Amino acid sequence: MTPEPVISLRNVTKVYVLPSDEVVALDNVSLDIRKGEFVAIMGPSGSGKSTLMNQIGCLDVPTSGDLYIDGRNVRDLDDDELTELRRDKIGYIFQKFNLIPLLDLMENVEYPLILKHKKRDESGYPGKLLEMVGLEEKRFKHKPAEISGGQQQRVAVARALVNDPAILLCDEPTGNLDSKTSSQIMDILSELNRNGRTIVMVTHEDSIADYAHRKIVISDGRIVDDN
Amino acid sequence: MIIKDIFFELSLRNIRLNFLRSLLAAIGIVIGVVAITSIGIMGANMTLSVTAELSESGNVIMITPDSGGGGGTGPGSGSSSSDDDEYIDDSQLRDIEKIAGGENLVVALYSESDSISVGGEDGHASIYGLDPSVIPELVDVEEGSYPVSTSGVVVGPSLAERYDLKVGSRIKVGDEDEGQSTVKVNGILEEKGMSMDLNSDNAILADEKWFTSFYGGEGEYDQVNVIAADIDTIEALEDEIDRQLNYRDDEVKIQDSSSMLERISESLGTITSFMTAIGAISLLVAAVSIFNVMMMSVTERIKEIGILRSIGTKRREIRRMFLYESLLLGVIGSVIGAVFSFIGGYTLTFGMIGTTDYFFMPESMIYIPIGVVIGVIVCVLSGIYPAWRASNLDPIEALRAE
Repeated sequence: MTPEPVISLRNVTKVYVLPSDEVVALDNVSLDIRKGEFVAIMGPSGSGKSTLMNQIGCLDVPTSGDLYIDGRNVRDLDDDELTELRRDKIGYIFQKFNLIPLLDLMENVEYPLILKHKKRDESGYPGKLLEMVGLEEKRFKHKPAEISGGQQQRVAVARALVNDPAILLCDEPTGNLDSKTSSQIMDILSELNRNGRTIVMVTHEDSIADYAHRKIVISDGRIVDDN
Repeated sequence: MIIKDIFFELSLRNIRLNFLRSLLAAIGIVIGVVAITSIGIMGANMTLSVTAELSESGNVIMITPDSGGGGGTGPGSGSSSSDDDEYIDDSQLRDIEKIAGGENLVVALYSESDSISVGGEDGHASIYGLDPSVIPELVDVEEGSYPVSTSGVVVGPSLAERYDLKVGSRIKVGDEDEGQSTVKVNGILEEKGMSMDLNSDNAILADEKWFTSFYGGEGEYDQVNVIAADIDTIEALEDEIDRQLNYRDDEVKIQDSSSMLERISESLGTITSFMTAIGAISLLVAAVSIFNVMMMSVTERIKEIGILRSIGTKRREIRRMFLYESLLLGVIGSVIGAVFSFIGGYTLTFGMIGTTDYFFMPESMIYIPIGVVIGVIVCVLSGIYPAWRASNLDPIEALRAE
C-alpha cells in the first residue's frame, strides 16, 4: 500500500530571468514524496537543490508545472495563502538556526502558534516540545544569542514542530554544527521520522544523508538519481 | 488586546534594543510638537485676552468723523452743515444725543497726540479733552482724585509708571516752539486694559475747557462715544445714528467693539498661523529623521524579516510590526512633547502676553491634544514607506542577507 503523496511535483520548471540571460534552475522535475518518508536531496552547489527546496517550502512558485503540497496546488495561491501554507503545513529547520533574536526561546517556539491562533498559547505545548528536544527548562527564558548552536538548533526543531506540520523541511540542518551535536540533531530527526513525520532534507554530506531512507541527487536542475 | 499583540511586542523590543537611536528620533518629534503646540497656545491666549478686554467695552458705540470722502471744506470752515469735515460738530452731537436719549451716556471727546515733558524728560502721549463731570463714569481713580481744576488732569497707570508721575506732578504739554501749557496731575487711574473707546492707560484725561483753550477748535469733536445702558439696543442705536447722520453722505463712521474684535482676531490669527507654519518646519525635519530611523530598522532586520516571512508571517503582519514601531516613536515623542508644550506654552504665554489667566481655558488647552495627534500622524506617515518596503521583501532574498 502506498499512502497519498504529501508533496507532488509535476513537470516543475523554474526559470530565473536575469538582465542578460535566463537561468533554468529546475528543468522539468517530477517527484512524489509520501507521508512518512525521510528524503535527502543531494547535489553540488548550483545544481538546483536550493531552488527545489524553495519550491517545496512555498517560498517561491514554479514558472511552469504543478506543485501540490498536501493536496493543494501552490500555483493557484496568492501570497497570503502561500504564507498560511508555510505556517500550517511546513516546519523549517535552517542551517543557521534562524531563531528570532528579539524573542526568548519559549517565545520563538510559541511564535508560529500565535500566528495561527492570533493569541498567546495557553496549552503549554511549546514547553513540552522544548523538553522533548532536550532543552533544560531554566533556559526557556534565554535569548537565542545566549545559547550554543546545538541548543539553538534544538529550539529550531521545536519551533518547526509546534504547528504539527505535514512536512519537516531541513536545509543543511547540521551545516553549522560539530559532529557530536550533528548526530544528536540527526537522532532527534530520525526519532521524529520513526513516529511518522515526513522529512525532506537538503545536505551535501553523505554521512548525514545516510540517516534518510531515500536519496535524490540533483544536477543541473534535473533529478539524476533517486533511490 | 493590542498590548498582547506579538508584533507590538516585537516593535517595542526593537525600540528598546536601539534605545538611543529611537530616543534621538523621538526628540525630533518632541521639538516639533512643542513648537506647534506652544505657538498655538500662545495665539489662543492672545485672542482670549483681547476678546475679554474688548468685551468689557461691548456696550460702547464709537462714532468718529468719516474722512474717507475727502475734499470739501476744510476743518476750519466753521460751517455747522454736514460736509466732509474732520470732526463731529455740535449739531451732529445734538442729533446723537437726541437718538441716544436719556438712559444712554453720550460722551464727546477731543483728542490729540502731543509731546509732553515731565521734569526734563520728553515724550509723547495721547491727550483727551472731555467734560470733567463724565470722567468718573468712564474710569476709576486708583490714587488721588478726579480733576479738581481746569488745569487738573488724571493720567493712565502706564503713563504714570513710565514718567514716574505722582499725584501733584506737573506735566508740560506741547512743543517748546509752539507754546506749552502745564497741567497738574490730580489722580492716577486704575488699569483699564485695551479698549476701543478710550485708551486711558497711556493717556492724559483733561478738562475740555483746558483742551479747547490750548488747542482751539471748540465744538469740533474728534470722537463721540455712546455708552448704551442696555447692550441689546446697540444695533438699533447704530442703525438710527447711521440713518440720521449719514443720510446724504458718509459723515461719520460708527463702530462697536465687535467689529474691532473681528479685525484684531483676524490679524492675530494670521500671525499665529504664520508662526505655526514655522514651527511645522521642525516637525517636517522630525518626520525625515523618523523616516531615516525606520529605514535603518528595516535594513538591519532584513534577515529577521526573511525568517518571519518564511515561517508564516503575512505581509500585512510585517507592515503592522513596522507601523507599530513608528507609532510607538510618535506616541512617546508626542506625549513627552505635550508635557514640554505645557511648560513651553505657559512660559511663552506669560512672556508674550503677561498674563496666564486664560491658559487653562479649553480654547487654549485644546492645542495640546491637537499637537499630540499631529505628532503621531506625522510619525505614522513617515513609517508607511519603510513598512511597505519591509513587507514586500522577497523572503528568499531576505533570508540570504547577513
